[in-house]
Amino acid sequence: MAIAPPERRLWWKEPLDKAEIIWITIAFLWGIVMFLAMIYWHIVGEQNLSNEAYRIDPEVFAAKAEEMTEKYQVREEGDTGIPVVHPPPGSDVYLISRLWEWWPILELEKDQSYRLHLSSMDWQHGFSLQPTNINVQVHPNYDLVMTIKPNEAGTFSVVCNEFCGIGHHTMVGRIYVTER
Amino acid sequence: MAANTAFRTCPDTGLKVHLPAQALIKANAVAAVVFLLLGGLFGLFVALTRWPEVHLLPAESFYAVLTAHGMDVLLFWIIFFEIAILYFASAILLNCRLAAPWLGWVAFILMLVGAIIANVAVIQGESSVMFTSYVPMKAAPHFYLGLILFAVGALIGVGIFFATLVIAREERTYEGSVPLVTFGAVTAAIIAVFTLASGAIILIPTFLWSLGYIAHIDSMTYKLVWWAMGHSSQQINVSAHVAVWYAIAAIVLGAKPLSEKVSRSAFLLYILFLQLASAHHLLVEPGVSSEWKIFNTSYAIYLAVLGSLIHGMSVPGAIEAAQRGKGYTRGVFEWLTKAPWGNPAFSGMALSLVMFGFLGGISGVVMGTEQINLIMHNTLYVPGHFHGTVVAGTTLAFMAITYLVVPLIFQRELLVPKMAQWQPYVFGLGVAGISLFMMGAGTLGVARRHWDITFADSTLTFDYPGAAFLMLGLNGIFAIMAAVGGAMYIVVVVASILFGKRREGAGEPAPQPAEPPAGAAVGSYGNAGTLHLPGTYVLVGVFFVAFVLYYFINWKYLSEVWPLS
Ligand code: HEM
Ligand SMILES: [Cu+2]
Ligand SMILES: [Cu+2]
Repeated sequence: MAIAPPERRLWWKEPLDKAEIIWITIAFLWGIVMFLAMIYWHIVGEQNLSNEAYRIDPEVFAAKAEEMTEKYQVREEGDTGIPVVHPPPGSDVYLISRLWEWWPILELEKDQSYRLHLSSMDWQHGFSLQPTNINVQVHPNYDLVMTIKPNEAGTFSVVCNEFCGIGHHTMVGRIYVTER
Repeated sequence: MAANTAFRTCPDTGLKVHLPAQALIKANAVAAVVFLLLGGLFGLFVALTRWPEVHLLPAESFYAVLTAHGMDVLLFWIIFFEIAILYFASAILLNCRLAAPWLGWVAFILMLVGAIIANVAVIQGESSVMFTSYVPMKAAPHFYLGLILFAVGALIGVGIFFATLVIAREERTYEGSVPLVTFGAVTAAIIAVFTLASGAIILIPTFLWSLGYIAHIDSMTYKLVWWAMGHSSQQINVSAHVAVWYAIAAIVLGAKPLSEKVSRSAFLLYILFLQLASAHHLLVEPGVSSEWKIFNTSYAIYLAVLGSLIHGMSVPGAIEAAQRGKGYTRGVFEWLTKAPWGNPAFSGMALSLVMFGFLGGISGVVMGTEQINLIMHNTLYVPGHFHGTVVAGTTLAFMAITYLVVPLIFQRELLVPKMAQWQPYVFGLGVAGISLFMMGAGTLGVARRHWDITFADSTLTFDYPGAAFLMLGLNGIFAIMAAVGGAMYIVVVVASILFGKRREGAGEPAPQPAEPPAGAAVGSYGNAGTLHLPGTYVLVGVFFVAFVLYYFINWKYLSEVWPLS
């Protein structure tokens, strides 16, 4: 029994049953398949998180975002006073996260690539793009750069999905994607 | 020094029970149950708050209660119980005296005081940082202090376990190798040392930081080290509950492992590869390379998963072999239909095994795939997954073995046996519900740790699909069921310990440790060719097909979201 010492003192010399060998082999091969799947997806898949990241001071990041906003602001969102920015395709786009907002609002074009920079001014936040459902962690002092290519037009929301204090559930940003 | 008076002989198993060990097992188990009660209640409040139509708590208390829930159940309930298991698997199963019981009490008091301090800190309201306490969000210093004291206490407990193993070997209290269950406990304990050390390495500086002695803690470093504790400690749970599965199968059915070699090797894989799993929590973080993520998230090449897959066959296999040995040989599944489903120890173990595999296991591997994590990270999918592992798996297994511990260690008969009989089903169904519906909501993008998915107070808002609201409503309903199941467990345990009939001396053969059956199927385990376990093969086959299908479905989901690189 499993609660008593093994009957055969030399338990490590027992032969294996065929069924067990088969199952262990299948399970082992399945592990290899799953391992290779991740590598395969880096080669042919279109959804891979970039490895590009830099250390950055929050002030420096904020300055870049403000500069971009000044240059490419197209309007304000309703009467909220939040700027809406339409940066040129292919450019570097900065999205600030801080307690408790995503700033500014971005307007992107469908099927165009952008280098999106994410960083936090204070605590950690979670970039959760809805309804498409892409989720990326945002840290202070790190500038995460990923190339995104919206594949559908419409209004998207950025919900914060890392707990960031009492206003966490009010932290929602927006990304518009326009047809070209 | 180990006076004879310090022992009694168990009338059911013939094991020599060291009384100081027994007292410590009782104390730790009782503390565990108290924190389960507290934490479970908090869990119910959380679920009822996340049910949009009910929205029980205000935001501030919600975040405090959620912090307390995670901490009380994941750390305190589970680890107190595991310390009890370690003492049981060493002193009791090896017929040995426990090393330094006085130190066991020191450990116990440290853990208890630490747990109380941490709870006070959270209830005071200045430490609503979630049990993960990610920097730079700061809690009150005594929050960290409480956790550190608890971890130190637990580490001492683990040390006593190892010391007891040494004593047992020196005093030759057993023959040959340690039993498989003890071997599983050794696995858990080795991982625990790594885990608790990681916890100390990160929590002590964080404590000093909260006091102002350290200026800055890097948020990525914190997460990397914190999860070396946080995730690896889940592997303590897995090792412990797998050991419990084997123990229950042995005690209730007299089941023997199909092959000691296979089962022990599977435990060994846990030790060798589980430490890498901190990566699961860093798959979408900046500054970590894909190579590192792929290697670590897959435990090299899924070798720790392999360990679980092996247990997934050898545990039901051992049960089938034992049942066939008793003559339940008709068809593929007579052994299963004639199993003691009315015995809560068995039914709890069986449900734990199935749900751990189907709900917790599959979802964990899928979510831990580097790229697939992008569509799940920090959504409710994550708590959905781990309520499948640590609640349906670990918690239910621990509940199940309690039904054996009460008669054997507390020497009381189970009071209200009818309630005990139903308990695993009520709790199991409730937990299956919360696990599934949280995963469902997560698939729809609903954030975890989030007070209001209607965004009523936000400048900008977002409308989750109606199905998300439905999922959260169903989650609330099943949470009530899980809470009822949890309450039933506590009623049975507390009533039995306080008022159950004493089983002094001979006593009735309550949960009879079955005679090892003499049937050919298990007569000599491990021998090639003697095993024929069609039922197990079918079950394992169904599991594997479900696994593969669900895995590829999620790649399909992933392929539809915005391209990013
Ligand atoms: C009555 C039983 C239980 C119910 C109804 C329940 C329900 C929940 C709910 C609804 C959440 C919140 C998800 C969120 O908003 O992010 C949660 C979180 C959690 N639960 Fe449970 N739970 C129960 C038991 C348990 C047990 C027994 C454990 C551990 C052994 C556990 C561990 C956790 C953990 C670690 C979290 C995460 C907390 C965090 O995000 O910081 N739960 N639970
Ligand atoms: Cu936030
Ligand atoms: Cu947040």
